[in-house]
Amino acid sequence: MTAHPLTLSGALLSALPSGALYWAEAGLLAVADLHLGKAERLARRGGTLLPPYDSAETLTRLEAEIARTAPQVVVCLGDSFDDDAAARALPPGAEDRLLRLMAGRRWVWIAGNHDPGPATLPGTHLAEMRQGPLTFRHIARPGETAEISGHYHPKARLSLGGRRVSRPCFLADAARVILPAFGAYTGGLASDAPVLDALMGPGAVAILTGPRALAVPMRPGRAR
Amino acid sequence: MQMPETFERWFAARGWTIHPHQRAMLDRAGAPALLLIAPTGGGKTLAGFLPTLAEIAKGPAPGLHTLYISPLKALTADIGRNLRRPVEEMGLPIRIEDRTGDTTRTQRRRQRADSPHILLTTPESLALLLSYEDAPRIFAGLKRVIVDEIHALAESKRGDQLMLGLARLSSLCPGLRRVGLSATVEDPPALARFLARRPDPCEILTADPGPAPDIAILDTGAAPPWAGGGGRYAIPAVLDQIARHRTTLIFHNTRAQAELFFRDLWLANEDALPVAIHHGSLSREAREKVEQAMAAGQLRAVVCTGSLDLGIDWGDVDLVIQVGAPKNVKRLVQRIGRANHRYNAPSKALLVPANRFEVVECVAALQAVRENDLDGEPRGPGPGDVLCQHILASAAAGPFDADALFAEVTTAGPYAGLTRARFDACLDFAATGGYALRAYDRWQRLKRQPDGRWALRDPRAAQAIRMNLGTIVEEEKLKVRLKPARGGAALGEIEEAFAATLTPGDSFLIGGQVVRYEGLREMVVEVSRSPGREPKIAVFAGTKFATSTRLSDRILTMFRAPDWPDLPAHTAEWLALQRDVSRLPERDRLLVETFPHEGRQHLCIYGFAGRNAQQTLGLLVTQRMESAGLAPLGFVATDYATLVWGLDEVTAPADLLDATGLRAAFESWLAGNAVMKRTFRSSAVIAGLIARNLPGTRKTGRQATFSSDILYDTLMKYDPGHLMLDITREEAMKGLVDFGRIEAMLARVKGRIDHVRRPRVTPLAAPLFLEAGRIPVQGAAEQRLIDAAADRLMAEAGLA
Repeated sequence: MTAHPLTLSGALLSALPSGALYWAEAGLLAVADLHLGKAERLARRGGTLLPPYDSAETLTRLEAEIARTAPQVVVCLGDSFDDDAAARALPPGAEDRLLRLMAGRRWVWIAGNHDPGPATLPGTHLAEMRQGPLTFRHIARPGETAEISGHYHPKARLSLGGRRVSRPCFLADAARVILPAFGAYTGGLASDAPVLDALMGPGAVAILTGPRALAVPMRPGRAR
Repeated sequence: MQMPETFERWFAARGWTIHPHQRAMLDRAGAPALLLIAPTGGGKTLAGFLPTLAEIAKGPAPGLHTLYISPLKALTADIGRNLRRPVEEMGLPIRIEDRTGDTTRTQRRRQRADSPHILLTTPESLALLLSYEDAPRIFAGLKRVIVDEIHALAESKRGDQLMLGLARLSSLCPGLRRVGLSATVEDPPALARFLARRPDPCEILTADPGPAPDIAILDTGAAPPWAGGGGRYAIPAVLDQIARHRTTLIFHNTRAQAELFFRDLWLANEDALPVAIHHGSLSREAREKVEQAMAAGQLRAVVCTGSLDLGIDWGDVDLVIQVGAPKNVKRLVQRIGRANHRYNAPSKALLVPANRFEVVECVAALQAVRENDLDGEPRGPGPGDVLCQHILASAAAGPFDADALFAEVTTAGPYAGLTRARFDACLDFAATGGYALRAYDRWQRLKRQPDGRWALRDPRAAQAIRMNLGTIVEEEKLKVRLKPARGGAALGEIEEAFAATLTPGDSFLIGGQVVRYEGLREMVVEVSRSPGREPKIAVFAGTKFATSTRLSDRILTMFRAPDWPDLPAHTAEWLALQRDVSRLPERDRLLVETFPHEGRQHLCIYGFAGRNAQQTLGLLVTQRMESAGLAPLGFVATDYATLVWGLDEVTAPADLLDATGLRAAFESWLAGNAVMKRTFRSSAVIAGLIARNLPGTRKTGRQATFSSDILYDTLMKYDPGHLMLDITREEAMKGLVDFGRIEAMLARVKGRIDHVRRPRVTPLAAPLFLEAGRIPVQGAAEQRLIDAAADRLMAEAGLA
């Protein structure tokens, strides 16, 4: 497992290959967009009956990352649940697994657009959080600096002489880091989407998730 | 049944006599099922309708009498016009209407309230009608169903869906009679079993096939290129043929080749002969314009693809040119039939091999056509995904009894052998998703009512089920529009995968124009005109058929000859060169070549096992290469060979090809590969596990939707025994795997593998480099390339 190092306002961060962000100095692990209970929400709303294994899969990934980094603080950057009802009715076993992960550490739920509602699970519930020089929130704000966020599920494409690879990715520049979605049933927004292009400064990199975290220019066509 | 006198007079007035097969159809009007095989232009459609017209003429009654189903929307409109003429001229009180995806809402609603006597429709529109609660009322009194071009429907899941629909109709309308019409059938009894309601008999009527087609290889005076597709070398000779005929159809196997050929045809078209292009990726407006100009006799030629294989009576077509090897004799015969829709006049066709290997294939295909040796593989039992959709559609129509539905479904030919256990598994999938984990009551789409019948838990779900009906699952496509105007002219569609490879400034061909890629805006590809630039080739996935064993054997037999007097000199010389440089493939041996090319190591396996089996062979061999650390990057398969490329050289190919190892690899291979994922996606859409991407539902913010690959991986990990994975395996086995043919080939070869190492591409391998449909291998090589690309890109951007 190889992480990619990042510096944001003096904080030394690691973009982990799983899509989680680790801040060793603060013992802080951040993950974005878990979307727990997504299949359940679709089934509840009379939509399609997706395989009911997404929450278990997402929690397995989270457990692995927490076991590896042993953080004192875990920050979930919003859209942790696919909606507020999903947070109240987690699949059997999922709530126990979450509580076990939360035990003995600080746990912060940042409100997302999918799960803005009142809290049902323990932990600290915040609209946004400041720690040291950094601000953690769900959706990046243009003009802000030292900001860690999620929401967009960025995904980068790489052309390799006739073949393409598309992977969830971090986007990082001097002002902010946007995390990829950590949840199992999540799609992605191409990193060249106008909204991401407008947010990210020149020289931004996309850090691909996968077997190891790998940085590429966010805008390869427009190298200086 | 007697022919009414009005009919006799009408025939006589036009100087026509009724064909024997038309008379036979009237004589057997009461048969529960009939299959009529008659050549194009032989009054086949009228033969199908005569009993209907006669019955209504004798005893007119309100309500639907006959349902006509064709694979093409355009065909229903055309048949409507052709049928109204005799009806009006004979003054018959018969109302004929069509109903397809193009029919207006108002008209559709009116049709549901007040049915015409004859309704012309498609399998998809029928499925939709049957999913309405008032289906029993709509179809009350229906007497006959006519399925046109039934051989074309029987080749795909559309046919399976249609037969389930007919099973339903037979329950709604006891005594319903079925008629199938076809011009090209390789196995009539099998098609009859497909059509008839079990256990009804189905008589097969065969009309006089008419004169043999006048078919030859186009003499261009020049040799086809060593390699290459599209047959552009033949353009002067083709233009000459166009000038000498009234109207020529020029068929291509792929849309990309049609585009390239069309562009170059125009560049050489000094007399400015009116020539147009028609294929499925062009916008509907563009296609309709061509169809109208064609019908009006304004065009001298149309460059086209399978989009014109069936249907519309173009009337004045007097020459068909097939560019590229036809691959499939049945399809070739069908295309030849597009020329000269007059009975008792031979159809005229010319074949243009695109390269030298295709010369061999074309000669073999010509022999097969002359011997009327049609190919085609039996399709096997009806697929589970279509049944799942049918069960959901039944629930949308109203509560159903599982026993009754099972009994009804098994009257359909493709589902005659369906077991109750399989049916119950499909029902369980439709009802609960069929997952091993049964913890939640929310996973319930269907619920059992107190009376034991199954019903939708939420009646509003019916709408979503109807939106998802149909068995055609297309690749994701993006519309192409001209900049700058918003809503600029739509040029057509390209596949999303191809669009993703474009960077601003790249140019590609569409509708015969070279356009420059400007960018992607709200899921529309924006382009500007960019004449004169050398374009990239748009990749359009097309249907590919495997050459039958018989056709492959013909080719291998040809190779055995000491020389080839039947082949043009250039091709004979090429084969001789291959014999000198390497060797020619033999039926009881396996030729394997290895050579480097453009920085990659290549391995070419000449199995002659047909495209699908060669593709599977590619998957298995690359998997074994991956575990042997040979870093394969991808492969491409044709009907005769598989070409694999990678970073390292294969020195002992026999190790990769032993039957035991391959069989073991086959088992584990089924788990994770691109073909399975592609098959899974289309089966999951058909079965209703994932919704279709309907126009307008996709926006730029695509975080909400995720790839079906994620569902596939999740099921493989958490629920490997799930029904959808079983169905995916079955479908992959049928369509894309064909493992049996690999085993047969290896058994024949018995280890006699000839490994030839060469410093460069061999003559026989060259055409493989131009094949579309390259399949990437996701393995260690990919990570090696990503690492190298990342280093380079970071350095170039000054970020490293």
